[in-house]
Amino acid sequence: MPLICLGLEGTAHSFGAGIVTSEGDILANEISTYLPITGGIHPREAAQHHSAVASQVLQSALLKAGISGEELDVIAFSQGPGLGPCLRTTAVVARALSTLFDIPLVGVNHCLAHVEIGRLLTGTKDPITLYVSGGNTIVSAFADKRYRVFGETIDIPIGNALDMFGREAGLQHPGGPKVEVLARKGKKLVELPYIVKGMDLSFSGLVTAAIRKLKEEKEQLEDVCFSLQEYAFSMLVEVTERAIAHTQKKELLLTGGVAQNKRLQEMLGEVAKDQEVAFFTVPKEVAGDNGAMIAWTGILLYKYGKIIDVEKSLVDPKWRLEAVEIPWSME
Amino acid sequence: MVSLNLIAKGAEANLYRGEWFGRNVIFKERISKKYRLPNLDLQLRQQRTAMESKLLSVAKKCGVSTPIIYEIDMKKTTIVMEYIEGDRVKELLANELNEDKKVICRKIGEALGRLHKNGIIHGDPTTSNFIYTHGKVFFVDFGLGVFSDSLEDASVDLHLLKRALESTHFKIAKESFSEICAGYAQIVSSERAKEIFDNVEKIRLRGRYMLRSDI
Repeated sequence: MPLICLGLEGTAHSFGAGIVTSEGDILANEISTYLPITGGIHPREAAQHHSAVASQVLQSALLKAGISGEELDVIAFSQGPGLGPCLRTTAVVARALSTLFDIPLVGVNHCLAHVEIGRLLTGTKDPITLYVSGGNTIVSAFADKRYRVFGETIDIPIGNALDMFGREAGLQHPGGPKVEVLARKGKKLVELPYIVKGMDLSFSGLVTAAIRKLKEEKEQLEDVCFSLQEYAFSMLVEVTERAIAHTQKKELLLTGGVAQNKRLQEMLGEVAKDQEVAFFTVPKEVAGDNGAMIAWTGILLYKYGKIIDVEKSLVDPKWRLEAVEIPWSME
Repeated sequence: MVSLNLIAKGAEANLYRGEWFGRNVIFKERISKKYRLPNLDLQLRQQRTAMESKLLSVAKKCGVSTPIIYEIDMKKTTIVMEYIEGDRVKELLANELNEDKKVICRKIGEALGRLHKNGIIHGDPTTSNFIYTHGKVFFVDFGLGVFSDSLEDASVDLHLLKRALESTHFKIAKESFSEICAGYAQIVSSERAKEIFDNVEKIRLRGRYMLRSDI
């Protein structure tokens, strides 16, 4: 009998419930996303959204999987990193279920889950991972029991940068996908700062400069979107290529919400060809935040006995990826 | 110029070994990247070729071991420089520390201190970019470097070195970094060194995520 795990994701704007078996079958992956009327994600409002939709999302996941709560073997939840109020709300749901049904509880690192669901569904074994989303920008690879972070943003993540620009340009949240569509119509490359510090990246100055080009220098929105993407993605791809050259890994995995961006995929595809590595992009359904990735990673951790007591299940909004010791091998 | 042998294919440049007017040299060719738009690509390659050449020679004048520059071709974005026979610190250091390696770490710290004291920021201080030979540490690959006297830039440089140690030399990261800091503090004034080390901590805590041990 395969194990069945319920994974609850709630680090930012999405509340998700995924049900996955130890054989890697995704039985359900339900999600509800908080959409701000104006501005970006307000942590408290997002948390209120999560508590309002939790039981409904949970019920529809169980219904879809065709199982009852008692049939679950493991309950996993996103313990961090993320927005405090959202993490705490999600943790409350997970703890309640764990206590109610007397099912073991597993705390999952959200960044790790993005990597592991990518490995599961693309079949990659030991990749360099570029994880890009509204909350994260990380280039990592496995070495000696941990995913080591080779490059990361030193200020804001790429998705956040695109969303921030979108907001200033009057586009509705999330701005990233809208910037992508507009960028396709842009032709002129507007000069922006290109900021790579060693293997690390900085996007905040780039966004400020792009906003200035739009508002003060009256450049066309399409051209600024196009240029913003070209500069930001060139920076990302450069650092990724350096990580490949440095680690000599043979696979490249793109994961996270921004992984869906076609231009970024195209650029990474070029690099993969040059560096002779196999390139994989996580499937669209699990690119953004979702419960299935938490469930799958929860199963992996559970198999190695990484259960936590409810009393010790505090959330960690700043939990680093390399803080997690990985008991499984990359085979 | 005679035969050229490709000896390393980096992410940014191809390195060829060859002979140039009887000298043993490296041809560093910054290659065009298909993923970048052509004008952005050329601009980056030219900027970095020019900056690297300038920084390499100024660094040498400041007493930091760097290869001699023989020729720069801005159109082909190529630099011809002295070939340094030695070992990359990346492989040399690996994941074990002994007294000899501690000395190398201190020398890295001294060289970095000397650069910063003279307003040079390396920009990519990883152990792949340090070559050890005959008791000297050579610094190469200044393509991401800048001239700057700012506290922030110097601190970011050290922060990057610390991060590089943590991702690649994870078993000896802490010890090797403290040796590097010791060497560094011997060159820059102790006051300035303290200021920079404090700022390195701040940069780390400014990051999105941190280890419990950092807080």
